[in-house]
Amino acid sequence: MTRMLLTGNAAAAWAARLAVADYIPAFPITPQTEIIESLANWIDNGEMDARLVTLESEHSMITAAGAAAATGIRVYSATSSQGLLYAMEMLYTVAGWRAPFVLTNVSRGLSSPITLESDHNDIVAARDCGFLQIHCSSCQEVLDNTLMAFRLAEDARIRLPVIVNLDGFYLSFTREPVELPDADKCRQFVGQYDAQNMLFRASRPTSQAVAVLGGSPYSYFRYETHLAAQNGLSVYEDVATDFEQHFGRHYDVLEAYKTEDAEIVFVIMGSYSSKAKDAVNSLRDAGQKAGLLRPRLLRPFPAKHFQQALKDVKAVAVIDQNISTGMGGVLHTELSAALYGQTQAPQLIASYMGGLGGRDISSEEFFEMAKEVSNAVKKNQPLAPRLLYTETELRELRKLQAVAHVERQQLHNSRQQTKKGGAIK
Amino acid sequence: MYRIRLHGRGGQGMKTASRILGSALFLEGYEVQDAPRYGAERRGAPIFAYVRADKQPINERGIIASPDLIIVADDSLVPVAAAGVLAGVDADCVLLINSDDDKETWRQRLNFKGKIYTLPVETEDRAELRFIGATCSGAAACLLGIISRESLTQAIQTELSALGMAVINTNLTKALAAFDHMQTAAGCVSEGKAILATDYQSPDWVQLPFEEARTSAPAIHAAATSVNVNTGVWRTLRPVIDYQLCNKCWWICSTFCPDGAIDVDDNNTPQIDYQHCKGCMICVAQCPPHAISSVAEELAQANEKKAAKRKQGVRS
Repeated sequence: MTRMLLTGNAAAAWAARLAVADYIPAFPITPQTEIIESLANWIDNGEMDARLVTLESEHSMITAAGAAAATGIRVYSATSSQGLLYAMEMLYTVAGWRAPFVLTNVSRGLSSPITLESDHNDIVAARDCGFLQIHCSSCQEVLDNTLMAFRLAEDARIRLPVIVNLDGFYLSFTREPVELPDADKCRQFVGQYDAQNMLFRASRPTSQAVAVLGGSPYSYFRYETHLAAQNGLSVYEDVATDFEQHFGRHYDVLEAYKTEDAEIVFVIMGSYSSKAKDAVNSLRDAGQKAGLLRPRLLRPFPAKHFQQALKDVKAVAVIDQNISTGMGGVLHTELSAALYGQTQAPQLIASYMGGLGGRDISSEEFFEMAKEVSNAVKKNQPLAPRLLYTETELRELRKLQAVAHVERQQLHNSRQQTKKGGAIK
Repeated sequence: MYRIRLHGRGGQGMKTASRILGSALFLEGYEVQDAPRYGAERRGAPIFAYVRADKQPINERGIIASPDLIIVADDSLVPVAAAGVLAGVDADCVLLINSDDDKETWRQRLNFKGKIYTLPVETEDRAELRFIGATCSGAAACLLGIISRESLTQAIQTELSALGMAVINTNLTKALAAFDHMQTAAGCVSEGKAILATDYQSPDWVQLPFEEARTSAPAIHAAATSVNVNTGVWRTLRPVIDYQLCNKCWWICSTFCPDGAIDVDDNNTPQIDYQHCKGCMICVAQCPPHAISSVAEELAQANEKKAAKRKQGVRS
């Protein structure tokens, strides 16, 4: 075991190597990450015994991953943002094959307008496809949870592909100390892949995607996938227990930080949650009983865990780094649904949207959210959803708009002149 | 916690400098976080990187709003608003800048309240800036006062291991010289404090108003607005055509220029658009009769000033 500085990308690559992945289909161009670059280097140097194949798109990459997994080998792949969306059709398809493999997504904002920075709309868009989703908040967690993801995907109670999500820039390019586990121990933990009855082979025809008409068989297959996904909660707990026995680090389905006696709880996914932890500590020093809940699994959704953890909590501030246009934050919607009708549910479930396109969330903003939420509870008033956005930011945006406006005006004037010029001629 | 922000241009090695500092601090027993931050990866474009170091595990993430130490590898970045070199500075902040102008000049120019240290530019040849990352990390290591010469050496050896012994040794020489040069200021950087829930300034939150798509769609309704972006300021080296040597081939330099910054006139004579040339020097490498040479931008600008003065002198 070595403790070293690794980026989130490097941590993901190490996990694929330590899990002894056999096959890595990859789309090698933007928005691909250094994950594939690292794996390609290791395979090239003979440090890793695997086959890496470059495909012409993420759509083909996921098809190849599903097809290879159906032959009974261990498959790993990685993508990001637009790439995940380009693969969307096949995400549904391969999950329907019940072919297990692990996919890393480096989450970044989607077009348009174009950005390169961290945002969860890409991964949230993939929440209904049948893949399980693990969300990480540190580079160590990326490594450990990628190893665990192989166990989760390949478990007979699940047998579905799993996405491990890490935030662009905040984790993907950020180096921090990571304990690199012992290779033999990892091999022992992940174990041999038991392909069960999946023996897709050349010259031995089997159909992975049967046509079913009439709705009844379709309903059966879809609901079975749903039940398998739901097993993810208890299987994750089993795998986490085994992981702790091997490596000493423990992971919960729902990370709870200082929630035991908390009156106000932040709910947030991904790497921004560690900033929320600092805010909780500072709020507690200031005498406010604050806490933090962070779902590691978004699919399956840990509804019961939330219900349990939020008993007797007065107010929740959900911070979504995504926006379902026309509805609002996805985590807020899902948490509200999970808490509806619960007798001891919080009085207030406030919705904040922040960190879109990599916008920072400052400690002052965490403090202010706590203040706003506790005031609303005291006055027994509702709180409208809020985008974390400041006057200062709006002023800067107005400057940009002024530039665009001047240009528009210039264009308009020049068109008018051309028209006039034409008339004179 | 120590919060360090490094500013430079793509290609100057600021990401590497942040990693050298990160590794050195890790070797000294600190919890560390280091990361680069850039948009589309472009040589010459402003980039920054940051390093956090603490004895406790680090929960803080993302950009550093209030740095304890700012490192500027290229002083031409200071006037570039988008580079945000001075964002979040206060009187406790230390500024380390690679510049021939002295610290008093910088103090007055920037109205900077904290300590300023300059790294004298050793050479007029800006191509030498390729070692500026190592130089900056060496000087910064000394200013922090918590990194030993040994840890600095080991960090450079680790971070540059793929580049071979010759490169490592040159970088080591530069970094250690800068480390020694800063001895009188060793340990002048102090750890910044966290913002507390008991004492903070409320954010000036605003509810965004609805605006019609004619305003709120992300569109710029004019052609070729990129002309207005003066990418020529990214240049550290300037290609200069010697028209005595140019064989008027009419196409090679202008075709290879990735930015379309070379125009050929009716006499088959190439003209470089210095407003937009980023100084990639591809034309220098491609020109068959070697008619294009690379001149340090600073030197080229100084020569221009002299020439302008001479012209004025003649007129008066």
